[in-house]
Amino acid sequence: MNKYTVIGFRVDRAGPLALLQDAGRFGVRRLGVTQGGPADLHGWAWANRLVGNAWGTPALEVTFGGLALVAERDLSIAVAGADLAATLNGEPLALWRPVSIKEGQTLAFGTPRNGLRAYLAVAGGFRAEPVLGSVSCVVREGLGGFDGHGGKLAEGDRLAVSPEAGERVGREPAPTPEQPDYTGPATLTLLPGAQVADFTGSSLYAAFNRPWRVDDRADRMGVRLTGPRLGCRIGSLISEGIGLGAVQVPPDGQPIALLNDRQTIGGYPRLGALTPLAASRLAQCLPGQEVRLVATSSERALGDYRNFRRSLEQ
Amino acid sequence: MSQASTSGLPTPRIESAGLDGWLVRLFSTIDEANLAWLGALARRCEAAFGEALVDLVPSYTTLLVVFDPLRLSPEAARRRLADLLADLLANPAPEQEAGAGELHELLTWYDPSVGPDLERVARRTEMSREAVIECHAGQEYRVFALGFAPGFAFMGLLDRRLEVPRLDTPRQRVPVNSVAIAGRQTAAYPAVSPGGWNLLGRTTARLFDRDREGFSLLRVGDRVRFVPVDRATFERHGGDATPMEARPLEAGI
Repeated sequence: MNKYTVIGFRVDRAGPLALLQDAGRFGVRRLGVTQGGPADLHGWAWANRLVGNAWGTPALEVTFGGLALVAERDLSIAVAGADLAATLNGEPLALWRPVSIKEGQTLAFGTPRNGLRAYLAVAGGFRAEPVLGSVSCVVREGLGGFDGHGGKLAEGDRLAVSPEAGERVGREPAPTPEQPDYTGPATLTLLPGAQVADFTGSSLYAAFNRPWRVDDRADRMGVRLTGPRLGCRIGSLISEGIGLGAVQVPPDGQPIALLNDRQTIGGYPRLGALTPLAASRLAQCLPGQEVRLVATSSERALGDYRNFRRSLEQ
Repeated sequence: MSQASTSGLPTPRIESAGLDGWLVRLFSTIDEANLAWLGALARRCEAAFGEALVDLVPSYTTLLVVFDPLRLSPEAARRRLADLLADLLANPAPEQEAGAGELHELLTWYDPSVGPDLERVARRTEMSREAVIECHAGQEYRVFALGFAPGFAFMGLLDRRLEVPRLDTPRQRVPVNSVAIAGRQTAAYPAVSPGGWNLLGRTTARLFDRDREGFSLLRVGDRVRFVPVDRATFERHGGDATPMEARPLEAGI
């Protein structure tokens, strides 16, 4: 902590997984360092936007709930993304809107009601020392987070925030269309990749016309989908760089959508890559949820992404 | 796949890698000569994409170019890459552009106490332990890719006599700085991690250091030589001689 930070919260209960995330760690993937960043870019960006923060400001990604924080001072906050039954001193916390909380109040997350990952932003942002250009916390690599070493939160930890964290912000909630219902079947847009023609015809039909189920083998590295077994004429490739949302198909024929903490290179054939917003949507799916893959064009994907970024600026 | 090139010249293809990326496939087989071309292309991308460039991931035969689609549309990025490639192919000497790669000498203590697979590799390859060490340390390797973990460099190509498969069951915990082989590749583990490669010894090098400029000791295109040293030299250079349990397959226990 230095003179540009103050303590915003004390951790009362760490919960299963709460990670500090800025936009991600860029420019170092050629060194084998993963991208990191928020698994649900949309929820993360809105939490920041609601308290007046610029794109890229560090916010807390709370997976599955369980986290409880005690405010160490008056704070302006917003929680967006999943509804994890958050409460403020036992009362339900309003989501997708700025909220003022008082020193001593307890912000507690319960269990998932709608989605999987909630984002907690404070005015001015959480503060931590960047590592390799980012505070994004990647436990596997021991990089980022509040301790700089990818450590998980522990009871008693004190979380640094901007000295402006108590300043009043607007009151406007996020527009209703920006507050997703994550509970139903999800439609995930995908940009077909170079190996798409190497899949058998019936596999391609199945990939884009049959429902897929989110497996419980799902984390920030990737989400496994179960369904019809996909056949590909190529078993493996020479390892190559893999982008966010890449949907790879190992020999067992069950696709894995790769998310923020994926390995930097890999060698399985790919159906293509989810669009950034589809990867975000998938990150809010609980095991057992149904998803469908829909092919799209880069023009449409770019249009959707531009609209999303513009909506944050209004 | 009609890309196989006998001339050693790249036969580039630009493939979709999502909204913010293009994968440039330059070659279809692994070859040291690929590295200069990939390096030259990476440098040109840095210059030509400027602020719109987000990341570059070179690997054995490809370069993934990640850009900001709000600064440069995917179509514009693709056109820019096509121009760079046309220009690159007109250049007969990518080595001069990319450089030959820095040479690193990694002091390595080859010993069963820190290289628990040394004996097994010797048995499998029907060589003496000394011959295995001599063979592994007897050549220069090139770094083809980094991945798996920060600073983990995939190096090759290993002498065919030393070609052994990965362990059937990976170890849960490979000690930091372990020197390992698998297939026709070799590597050194920059941090404690799970791993299925055959461990021959341990190096003194600091492979990944978050507080050092550039962070990773090894980069794609660099050259590496393993230099055998005795235990005293290894420890004098900061090596950690703490022995590893000799049983190779205790994963999951």
